[in-house]
Amino acid sequence: MAENQSAYDQVLAARATDKISIQRLIAGLTTDFFELHGDRQAGDDEAVITGVAMLAGQTVMTIGIQKGTSTMENQARHFGCATPAGYRKARRVMRLAEQLGYPVLALINTPGAYPGVDAEYAGQGRAIADCLLTGLQLKVPFISVIVGEGGSGGALALACGDQVWLFEHSTYSILSPEGYATILWKHANKAPQAAAKMRLTPAELLADGMVERIVPEVKTAADCNKLQQALSQAFQGLAAKPVTELVAERQARYRQF
Amino acid sequence: MPKRKFQAPTEQQLSVRRDQIPDELLTQCPVCQKTCYTQELTEWQVCPHCGYGFRLTAWTRVAQLTDDFQELDAELTIPERFADAAYRAKITQAKAATKLKESVLTGLAKLEDETVGLGVMDPYFMMGSLGSATGEKITRLFDRCTAQKLPVILLTASGGARMQEGMSALMQMAKVSAAVAKHRNAGLLYITVLTDPTTGGVTASFAMQGDIILSEPKALIGFAGRRVIEQTIQQTPPVDFQRAETLLKNGWIDQVVPRPVLKATLGRLLRLTSGGGDNG
Ligand SMILES: [Zn+2]
Repeated sequence: MAENQSAYDQVLAARATDKISIQRLIAGLTTDFFELHGDRQAGDDEAVITGVAMLAGQTVMTIGIQKGTSTMENQARHFGCATPAGYRKARRVMRLAEQLGYPVLALINTPGAYPGVDAEYAGQGRAIADCLLTGLQLKVPFISVIVGEGGSGGALALACGDQVWLFEHSTYSILSPEGYATILWKHANKAPQAAAKMRLTPAELLADGMVERIVPEVKTAADCNKLQQALSQAFQGLAAKPVTELVAERQARYRQF
Repeated sequence: MPKRKFQAPTEQQLSVRRDQIPDELLTQCPVCQKTCYTQELTEWQVCPHCGYGFRLTAWTRVAQLTDDFQELDAELTIPERFADAAYRAKITQAKAATKLKESVLTGLAKLEDETVGLGVMDPYFMMGSLGSATGEKITRLFDRCTAQKLPVILLTASGGARMQEGMSALMQMAKVSAAVAKHRNAGLLYITVLTDPTTGGVTASFAMQGDIILSEPKALIGFAGRRVIEQTIQQTPPVDFQRAETLLKNGWIDQVVPRPVLKATLGRLLRLTSGGGDNG
C-alpha cells in the first residue's frame, strides 16, 4: 500500500485513464462471457454491462458499471454514470441469478448515478432504491469489487452484497471530494483538503469496516489470476452457508453501521 | 432558476404594498412566488394560491396528524466520534431549532383510531439529512413494527445523506433498506409521504420503497439536485421537473394529498388495508 500518498493522490489514481476497463477485467476473470442487454421495461444502458460467464469453473452473473476509454465510448456510457435503465438491468440480472442459483459479481467504477432530467423522469431514485432492496435480500452469494471510483448511492446500489472489495487504487465515498469541497467551502478546488477529511482511501475504508478486502491492482487481463482465485474461494465459502444464514449475515453487515 | 416573466410588474406593485405592511404579515410562496397575508396560510401553513405546504417541524407534523404519540428512542443522537467542530456547532443549532436530537422523530402513533409506527423527518434539522443516528432510529422503528405487526408511515424531508458523517451516512441507505425488506416480508404495509424537499440518498432508498407513496402538493422530490444537473450535463431542467405533480404524472407516486386532508387520507388507507399482515 502506498501510505505516503495523499488521499487526493488516491482519488487521482482511482480516476486514472489507464485503469483497467470493466470489459477487460471480465475477460480476464471469466471465460465465455455472454452479454445480456436491456432492462425489459424501457431501454438498455451501456454504462452497465451484465452477463453470464464462467469464473474458475463456476457460472456467475456479472454486473459492471463501466466508464468509457474514448470520447465516443464515454458519450455512450456517459462516463460511467448509470441511468435508471442501467440499475433496472442490474436488478433484472440479480433476480435471474437468484432464480438460477448463481452467485453475483459486481465490478464497479462509477463517479455516481447519472444526474440528468431524463434520469429524474425515469425514476433514478426508485431504480437505486429497488437495487438496494433486491441486493440485500438476494438468496445467492453477492460480492462487489470497486475497481476505481465508488461514487455515492450510484455505487452502493451494486455494493450491497455479502462482501465489498476494493482495488488498491480506488476510492469509495459519499460524494466526490469536489462536491464535498463545493458544499462545505464553496470551492471545488479545495478537493484535496476534502479528500483528506473524507476517509475515502482503501486503508481508511478497511479500518472503518466499510470493506472486507483490498485487492492488489490488476492492470491487464493477464494479471487476473490471483483475483480470480480469491473470488472463487470467497464464493465457495459463501455458497456453503444455508441461504437463511447467508441473507441474515448480509443484512447484519449493514445493520452494524 | 430562470426568471419568471410575470414577476416584474407584480413585484413592483407588491413592493408598493409592502412598504405599508409590516414584513411579518406577508409571506411569499417559494413555488408560485405569489405573496399572501401570513394568516392566510392558516394553521396548515399552505399557500392559498398554489397549495404548496410550507416546511414544518416534525413536532408540528405529529400534532397535526396524530391523536396520541409515544416517542421512541428520543435520546438517540449523533455519535461523539463525529468530532468536527463546525459539525458539532451545526448540531447544537439544529437541536435548539427542532427540539430533536436527530433529524427524524419516531414513535408509535394513534391516527384516527389506527395504531401505526410513525417516523417524521424534520427539514429544520440540518435539512433533514440522513445521519447514522437518523438511520438507526428509522431502522429501530421498522424492526419494532415488524415484531408488533404494525404498519409504518414515514414522512420524508431530506437533503440526502449527511456528508459530514461520510460513508457511515451512506450506509444508512442500505441499513434502512434491509429493515424495510424484513417489514415487507412480514406482509406489512409501508406508506411514505414525500414532503418538501425529499432528495438524494433518501429518495434513492426508503422514500421510494413505500408500498404506497403519497406526496404533498408542489413538494420537490428528486435524486440529483438541480445545480448538479445544470453543471454536469449543461442542461437547464424545466421548472417543475421534480415537483410532486410531475412524479404523479410519470407514475412514481400514488396520490398528491393536500395537507389539510392528509390525516383523514392516511386514516382511511389504514382502515382499508388494516395495515397489512393479519392484524385486521
Ligand atoms: Zn404558492
